[in-house]
Amino acid sequence: MLDKYLEIGLKIGLEIHQQLNTSTKLFCNCKPILFKEDPDLTFLRRLRPTQSELGQVDPAAFFEFKKGIAMRYEINKESACLVEMDEEPPHPLNEEAVETVLTAALMMNANPVDEIHVMRKTVIDGSNTTGFQRTCVIAMDGWIKIGEKIIPIQHASLEEDAARKTAIEKNGKITRYRLDRLGIPLIEIATAPVIYSPQEAQSVALVLGQILRDTGKVMRGLGTIRQDLNISLVKGALIEIKGVQELELISVVLDYEIKRQLNLIKISEELKAKSITEDSLNRTFIDVTNIFKETRCKIIKNSLKKKNRVYAVRIKGFAGFLKRELMPKFRLGTEIADRARYWGKVGGIFHTDEMPAYNITNQEILLLKEKTKASEQDAVVFVADSTENSKAALNAVIDRCKEAIIGVPAETRNANPNGTSRYMRPRPGAARMYPETDIPPYLITKDLVAKMKSNLPETSKIKIARLIKEDNLNKKLAKQLVSSDYFLLFESICKKTSVNPTTVAVFLTETLIALKRDGVQIEKVPEQKIINIFIELDKGRLTKESLSEVFIWLSKNEKKDIPDALDSLDLTMYSMNQINTLLDEVIAENRETVEGLGKDSFGSLMGIVMKKARGKVDPAVVAKILKNKLK
Amino acid sequence: MIQKKNSGYWGFILKVLQSGSCEIGDIIRIKKEDKIFEGILIPRSESRDDKHVVIKLKNGYNLGIKITSKTKIGRLGKGVKPSFAVPSLPKQKSSLPKVAILSTGGTIASRVDYRTGAVRSALSASDLYGVVPELSDIARVETEIVFSLYSENITQLHWSQIAKKIEEHIQQGVNGVVVAHGTDTMAYTAAALSFALQNLPVPVILVGAQRSSDRPSSDAALNLLGAVQTACKAPFAEVVIAMHDNLSDNLIGLNRGTKVRKCHTSRRDTFKPVNSSAIAKVNNNKIIMLSNQFVKRDTKRKLILKPKFSENVALIKFYPGFNPKIIDWQVKNGAKGLILEGTGLGHVSKYCFESIKDAIANEVIVGLSSQCIWGRVNMNVYDTGRDLLNMGVIPLEDMLPETALVKLMWILGQTSDPEEAKYLLTTNIVGEISPRTLPSEIYDEGK
Repeated sequence: MLDKYLEIGLKIGLEIHQQLNTSTKLFCNCKPILFKEDPDLTFLRRLRPTQSELGQVDPAAFFEFKKGIAMRYEINKESACLVEMDEEPPHPLNEEAVETVLTAALMMNANPVDEIHVMRKTVIDGSNTTGFQRTCVIAMDGWIKIGEKIIPIQHASLEEDAARKTAIEKNGKITRYRLDRLGIPLIEIATAPVIYSPQEAQSVALVLGQILRDTGKVMRGLGTIRQDLNISLVKGALIEIKGVQELELISVVLDYEIKRQLNLIKISEELKAKSITEDSLNRTFIDVTNIFKETRCKIIKNSLKKKNRVYAVRIKGFAGFLKRELMPKFRLGTEIADRARYWGKVGGIFHTDEMPAYNITNQEILLLKEKTKASEQDAVVFVADSTENSKAALNAVIDRCKEAIIGVPAETRNANPNGTSRYMRPRPGAARMYPETDIPPYLITKDLVAKMKSNLPETSKIKIARLIKEDNLNKKLAKQLVSSDYFLLFESICKKTSVNPTTVAVFLTETLIALKRDGVQIEKVPEQKIINIFIELDKGRLTKESLSEVFIWLSKNEKKDIPDALDSLDLTMYSMNQINTLLDEVIAENRETVEGLGKDSFGSLMGIVMKKARGKVDPAVVAKILKNKLK
Repeated sequence: MIQKKNSGYWGFILKVLQSGSCEIGDIIRIKKEDKIFEGILIPRSESRDDKHVVIKLKNGYNLGIKITSKTKIGRLGKGVKPSFAVPSLPKQKSSLPKVAILSTGGTIASRVDYRTGAVRSALSASDLYGVVPELSDIARVETEIVFSLYSENITQLHWSQIAKKIEEHIQQGVNGVVVAHGTDTMAYTAAALSFALQNLPVPVILVGAQRSSDRPSSDAALNLLGAVQTACKAPFAEVVIAMHDNLSDNLIGLNRGTKVRKCHTSRRDTFKPVNSSAIAKVNNNKIIMLSNQFVKRDTKRKLILKPKFSENVALIKFYPGFNPKIIDWQVKNGAKGLILEGTGLGHVSKYCFESIKDAIANEVIVGLSSQCIWGRVNMNVYDTGRDLLNMGVIPLEDMLPETALVKLMWILGQTSDPEEAKYLLTTNIVGEISPRTLPSEIYDEGK
């Protein structure tokens, strides 16, 4: 297994980003919460590419800017203020966030820096209103041990999360972003590229995630943790895959990426064997609008209605290669189309490898090949859009095809939920970072480090031992609980109630996992409501048997509380009087059985009673009273 | 040798760096206990301690390292200095209007030295075209650095200097003059230029930025473009401020220099017209006129320069518990004019009356405007107001206190005759006093 990876020279490094559960954001006093309602206010901004250190403005970035690309930002009063809007300078670094990162860093044996300097990292896609992301190194050169292997931790940093994209307007001219997420503190942990298999990457991520949870200060739920994977193959290239949101997906993403790179290497070798070189590909873009004057292809027809044109380019020697699958449902053609979309802002491209399709006729294809002088060996790519966009798209297509001849292009990709990934942008050069002069340096004193070192949270090992010893959990349950998101919730339920810890642990691990699998949206029930469920259980106002039912109901009725659930589910517990009445009724209805069997009728009567009142009575209490009555 | 002046290092650290012959930008190695750090030596803010050295790591991050007598610092070599290639001047299109851009110190155009993080101002014409390339499509630009000051350091002498420079460029036949200026006291300078530049043939536009121009989100470029557009083609010939009109990057407000105030510490749309509305707005390269009451552009008109300002005028804010000795002190120390920033319709407490009477008896001109900012003073409504009027205090209508101060400085720079001064103070000269106040002329947060 491992030999396979050794042979291809696989190297992986991880970068984990996790939102911190601080009481305010990193640089202001807004709450770190997201909103679903309509925004209170929107405003429009543009980001202008600034000069590089060499005095130049990146022409591609300026080209984008000149096209009038703008951002519409949405805010609400609770989650954003003038700071997120870039209308007020940032406040000093959030102390709680710094100390949380310090805690995690110390747990990973890293060395805190003496003085933190906040930096601005240039980001002009609009996800930051300022045009840069604020970030700072808190500690360096740590390590964690997995089995016998030491994984070096390069640095532990603290940065602000970005705004979240909510929509694209006006054909991509305006991107909508919501500022609620902007400024939520993120811890970033980067490992050295010393991971040699997808499975190992997953277990490293698991351990890092565990340490972060052990700080007790991280957010939980989808979207609060994002893993970036840096992966390289000897014959391939260094690829950064961003935004893997689920741990279980890490090995899948890596497996697919290995597959993609190996397939690209194979394609390159085959093309070279056919003597196709970079020089074989020409940038001769031919206006083929006339061929499609009467087309039945809806996409082209609609585009022509907008007075767009159709342009085509011949890709020499590429026939058959564009339909080659790189990953499941992902062909070289898909890869090329993504590039065209990014650089040409077009909806997509057509290519002869996928024809006939989209109601494009063989006759049209024939004419297309004739016009572009394409032979059987060649592929033709064509696109229907404005002349400017079409040409930019076809240029990107040629660029990508040239790269396919060379091998694997280094790039930044975005992870899809199914584990595949898509082109996101070229790999950034050396990060353009410069000091955030609005925030004074932050001193980390020896005293603070010493104090924190002596106060580090329990490691998971110690927690598990304690759960087994003090709470009588079995080992498997204890392990499950500690590696879940619910450990702190478990502790607070056990502190507030006298419910059997095993009952609580089983519910928070096995039951919730099962409910999630069954499609229950467990994130819709906040922790406080879960605590309340157990308080009610403790007070005897609901039974163990109806925990799941109540939980499911609450997940569907976000604005309601437990009494509503009990009411609606008809789960309000019987009073003693009601139990007595019910038992008397059952005994009366089954007089014959009782007279015939005497005490031995208990089992059958108990069954009848529980059928009538399951979830509304405590079986132990019923049994006791029933036994008395039968005496 | 490395100095405090260009590095910010001082005391113990400066000595250590000097003994190691380390210069800013050098690659250095710091050995501390068992740890080794390598990076580029970065300048440090002078106001910080003398115990830390700041370096930039290979990955771009800066960090501060505490230095003790046991720490070893060595110089590994010179950092690679980025060779900044000044962008070549684009071809000046002779058909385009000519605009002069004078700089007084606002960082309207600057670039970052990513190696050290220092922000350098970029003020030559080619620099400006480099930072705002669209400029070359709308104007032929000539630039001049008049001085380079934070706006809180600008005084009457600087106003005179700017006014003279503007005159020079107008004599050379430009279509308009743009003055880049720090925003803090921009409105004072705008008022000063409004009085100093009489009979303007072309517009004079002050412009600045609330977000420094080294960041991609800066408002500087759009403000500058709006100002240059105004200089090129606005139909009026007045002194105005051109800055963001709202929170979005789509509208520049043009507000008359005597009727505008900085109203927010940090927002882009900090400048608001007071007791007035914007003259015009610039939207998408178009100038939309909002008023027909303006002095028309007329290149044949002859500019009259009156650049003198008195230094013996003060603005005094009244507040509960105000000590009237402040007035006495001003009079004793040579004040020739005082603007009182009174409460409400134009009042100060009775216990100040003696001091005010003394001032007036000493031929000091005493004017009164309101600290309400919005609205007009009317000193006939209450006894206090009537008493002040009887003493000879001059009500200043709907003039902004800051504009009143600048106006009186200017008046006393032109005449020493108190009667003429009083007459001028209450006469509208460049739109600083409006005869009518309309309901829409108030700062409206919701707009």
